[in-house]
Amino acid sequence: MSEVLEKPTTQTAVAKPLVMLRDLSVRFVSRDATMHAVNGVDLDLAAGEVLCILGESGSGKSVTLRALMKLLPRTARVTGRIEVAGRDVQAMNERELQDFRGSDVAMIFQEPMTALDPVFTIGQQIAETVVRHEGVTRAAGMARALELLELVQIPSAKRRLAAYPHELSGGLRQRAMIAVALACRPKLLLADEPTTALDATVQIQVLLLLRKLQEQLGMGVIFVTHDLGVAGEIADRVAVMYAGRVVEEGPVAAMMRAPLHPYPRGLLGATVHGGMRGQRLTTIPGAPPSLETLPTACSFAPRCAEAEPACLAGVPAPRSPVPGRSARCIRVAESGV
Amino acid sequence: MTLSPVPDRGGPAQPLLLLSGLKKHFPIRGGLFGATVATVRAVDGVTFAVRKGETLGIVGESGCGKSTTARLLMRLMEPDAGRMIFDGEGVGQDAQTGGITLKEYRRQVQMVFQDSYASLNPRLPIEESIAFAPKVHGIAPAEARARAHELLAAVGLAPATFARRYPHELSGGQRQRVNIARALALQPRLILLDEPVSALDKSVEAQVLNLLVDLKEKFGLTYVFISHDLNVVQYISDRVLVMYLGQVVEQGPVEAIYDRPAHPYTRALLASRPSMDPGARRTEPPLTGDPPNPINPPSGCRFRTRCPFAEAVCAEREPVASDLGGGHEAACHMAEPGSGHSQAGRLAA
Repeated sequence: MSEVLEKPTTQTAVAKPLVMLRDLSVRFVSRDATMHAVNGVDLDLAAGEVLCILGESGSGKSVTLRALMKLLPRTARVTGRIEVAGRDVQAMNERELQDFRGSDVAMIFQEPMTALDPVFTIGQQIAETVVRHEGVTRAAGMARALELLELVQIPSAKRRLAAYPHELSGGLRQRAMIAVALACRPKLLLADEPTTALDATVQIQVLLLLRKLQEQLGMGVIFVTHDLGVAGEIADRVAVMYAGRVVEEGPVAAMMRAPLHPYPRGLLGATVHGGMRGQRLTTIPGAPPSLETLPTACSFAPRCAEAEPACLAGVPAPRSPVPGRSARCIRVAESGV
Repeated sequence: MTLSPVPDRGGPAQPLLLLSGLKKHFPIRGGLFGATVATVRAVDGVTFAVRKGETLGIVGESGCGKSTTARLLMRLMEPDAGRMIFDGEGVGQDAQTGGITLKEYRRQVQMVFQDSYASLNPRLPIEESIAFAPKVHGIAPAEARARAHELLAAVGLAPATFARRYPHELSGGQRQRVNIARALALQPRLILLDEPVSALDKSVEAQVLNLLVDLKEKFGLTYVFISHDLNVVQYISDRVLVMYLGQVVEQGPVEAIYDRPAHPYTRALLASRPSMDPGARRTEPPLTGDPPNPINPPSGCRFRTRCPFAEAVCAEREPVASDLGGGHEAACHMAEPGSGHSQAGRLAA
C-alpha cells in the first residue's frame, strides 16, 4: 500500500487517551420543550482503539459523536469536557475547528450521497481537502487522491477519479467517502452507521476494509451502530447507551458473552439470530422514555424485569465488577468490596 | 352486510398463489424523441408458488427485484408477461372466464409496507384508517369502527387509548401495529409484508415478530415476507426464495437453504452475515464488488461476474432450476448434471 499513509511507527508511549469525554451533557432547547439527549457521558478512547457506541434510536449515540467534532446545531446546549488529541474541543473557535476537522478528526456517515458534493468529481473532492489542509499543489493533491482510492480498494481507481458521486454504486460511494475522510490522515475517525444502508455482501466488505485501514493507519475509531453483529465484527470495546447515558461498557467479547446490565441483556435476547426458529422471541416490554425531563432514576427501570424500589432512588453510578468493565445497575457487584 | 372470511376453494394441496413466468421491464427513455435507450429488467421470468398457511420468505439485495415482485404480486403494477393464479383462479379475469376480479383479489391479498408513517393517512385518526377499506366494501360505518376496535385490541393497542390518535402521536412500532391491523380489516387470506420490521429498533422488532406469529395462527393467514435481514427471514419463514438481478436463483425449505445452500450466491449471502462472536472474525469478504446494474445484466448466468466457480458455460447459457430433492431447487450449472460445467451434478439430489 501507499507509503505516505503508513502510520508513523515512532509513537511515543501515550499515557493520555486520544479522546476523553467527561460528564458530557447535551440538551436541545426550543420554545416548546427541552430534550435531554445526552446526560453525563464519560468515555475514553486510546489511540488505535475501536470503540462501538451501541444503542437504539434516541439513545444519544449520534449526538455524542457529533459533539466530538462540535457539529451540533446552535439549539444544542453542550456542557462537560471534550478533549480530542489533548485539545479542548469546546474552547475552539471557528478557525481552529477548520484545521481540527479533517486533519485530527474526520467523520463518515450513513448516506454518502449527502456527504459528497454532487457537482464535483471524487478526485476533486479529495484533492480539495488535501490542498486545503497541507498546502500542496493541485497536482500533488490529485496524486494523493489516486493513492487514497487505491487504499480503499476502488477498482480502476484512475478512471474513478473523474467520476461524479451519482456514477458510483452504493458500495463504491461509501468507499469514496472513506477516502475523503482519510485524506489528511486523521488520528480519530468517527463513523455514524456507515454500513447500515448497504447490502449484506457489500456491508461485510466495507466493515473488513475499515478494520484493515484502522490497523494499517493506527487510527482511533468511534463507530456508532444499532447492530450487535456490526459491533461483533469491528469493535475492541463497546459502550451501550440508553436514554442519553452509557449503561454498560467493556470489551466486546465479554459483553457479547455475558452482559452485566439488563438492557444489553434484553437487547441480545431480542436480536434474532440463527437457531431461534420456533422459539418465542424475548422482548423488552414498553418503549424508551421521553427525554423531555431529565431522568432522576435508572431510566431502564420501568422496562426492567429485575427492577426494585431502590432502582428509583437515584441514577445508579457505574459499578465495576472486573477491571475494564462497568455497568450502571445497582444489582451489579462492585469488585473487591 | 358483513365481510365474511372467504372460504377455501381448491383444498390444502392447491397453492394459494401461483406466479409463473412473471416479467416486468422498465424502459429508460432518452435522446431527442424519447426513444427507449435501455431497459431495466427488474423482474425477468420469476416463477414461484405460495402454499396455503405457509410463510414464504423472499431475500435478496437491492436491485434483485424483490420490491418489484411485491408490487406485481399486489397488482400495483401490471406485469409485462406471466400469469398469476390465486387459489385456482386467474387474477384480473372476469367471472365468466373463470377468474377473480382485481377488487376481489385485493380484498384477499393485503400488504404491510416498510415505512409505517408514509403508509398511513396523517389526517385520519387510526380507527378511521383501519375502518376505511371495509367502508369502501360496503360495511356500515358503525360496524366498521367496531371491527377496527377489535383489530386494535388484536394487535396489542388498547382501543380506548389509541383509537382516536393520529399517526404522528404513535411510535414506529405502534404505527406498524396499526398497519398490520389495517391489513387484517378485510379478512384477507394472504398478507404481503415488505420489510415490515426493518425500520424498527431491535427490542421493538422482536415484539412485532411475535405479534405476526400470533396473528398468523389466530386468523389462519399465509404470509409472504420480504426482507434483507437473513436472520429475521430464517426465524419467520417456512420456505425461502433467494433472488438475484430479477431472477430466482434458489428456493426451498428454510432448513435446506440455511443448512445446505446450493447456489454460490446463497452461500456468499449467508456467509456475509456479521457474526456476533468477535472470536470468529474473518479477514476476507465472501464476495467482492457490488451487484451489477440490472440495466445490462451479464449474459448466461447473471451471477457469473461475481462467482468464484464461473466457467465458459456460465456465460453461454442461462442455468435452469435444478431439483435437489424435497422441494429445494437452484438455478446453477453446478446443480445440473450434464450442463458442461466441470463440477456439474455435484450438488444434484
